Amino acid sequence: MLDVKAGDEQSFTLLLQRYRSPLVNFLYRMVRSREQAEDLAQEVFLRVYRAREEYVPSAKFTTWLFRIATNLALNSVRDNRYQRMEISLDAPLNPDAEDGDEKTLDVPEKNPNIEQHLVDEARKKMIRHAIDKLPEKQRAAVLLHKYQELDYGEISKILQCSESALKSLLFRAYETLRVELAPLVARQGQLPG
Amino acid sequence: MSCSRMEQKILAYVDGRLKESERLDVEKHLAGCGACKLRVHEFRAVNSLLDELPRIEPSEAFDLRVHALVAAEPVKRSWSSWAVLSPRVAFAAAMLLLATVWIGTRPVNNPVIAEQDLPVVENADYDVISSFAPLSDLSQAPDDDDAGDPTNVPATM
Repeated sequence: MLDVKAGDEQSFTLLLQRYRSPLVNFLYRMVRSREQAEDLAQEVFLRVYRAREEYVPSAKFTTWLFRIATNLALNSVRDNRYQRMEISLDAPLNPDAEDGDEKTLDVPEKNPNIEQHLVDEARKKMIRHAIDKLPEKQRAAVLLHKYQELDYGEISKILQCSESALKSLLFRAYETLRVELAPLVARQGQLPG
Repeated sequence: MSCSRMEQKILAYVDGRLKESERLDVEKHLAGCGACKLRVHEFRAVNSLLDELPRIEPSEAFDLRVHALVAAEPVKRSWSSWAVLSPRVAFAAAMLLLATVWIGTRPVNNPVIAEQDLPVVENADYDVISSFAPLSDLSQAPDDDDAGDPTNVPATM
């Protein structure tokens, strides 16, 4: 990032290549729309570019990057919820409307057993819906913790809360997921003696 | 360690992010608490389920769109960047500044005339004024005494 600040355009391209996939995935899991996730990720990179001259390496770059992304995602989720409330007055929203994005990645040829394929799809859908049902801040905490593998210090800076508050937030989120996914959790295996 | 304190530790324990001493404390508690032991097991199962969600890849046009957005950004230029971009502009600005400073600081050559040094016209000697050459060239009105004198011709006709 310091090279980008110094005006090195090539470094910005490297930054883009390194972080586009984690960012798009994080945003996709937050907003549940591929198109919207890419739009938001583009906005994140644009903001990074705009702020390059003022950038001060007081924290890790990933912390700064995901803080921008999280703020954009939380605002977008809140805006979407407001829009959905308006739309639902006229037409019910199909909760699986965005599921097609991931289905296209699962090549049927890789699942010769169609029954198993359907079971896997139902399982993934259940997991996705359990994550979607989490309050947005808990969802962001789980995604940053689980998929970005950021440490508690970084996540607490991103979500602007104390480490203790973050641990409580994550505990509540996992408790909710444990209940929502109870049928799958039970099938994961019996408690070892 | 109490079950309520386990809330702060349990996930870090599942992740393997605890310090050795904390891990031993947690395991000591788990050895005597079936509820927390079950929770640890189920949190591990949840963690494992979350791994099943597939990743998506950004579309091929993603980088192009970001670069297009960046290229459309207005270029911010500081004053110093003008000097870097155009040495002629910088040189002209420097010369203008020098000229302004020079004009503003150079001494004024006009002598200051004190009020008391001015000649007082009222006190001037009449003879001095009458002997002033340009005045003597002016025509004078003919006196009655000079009317018969043919040599006394007005200077202008």
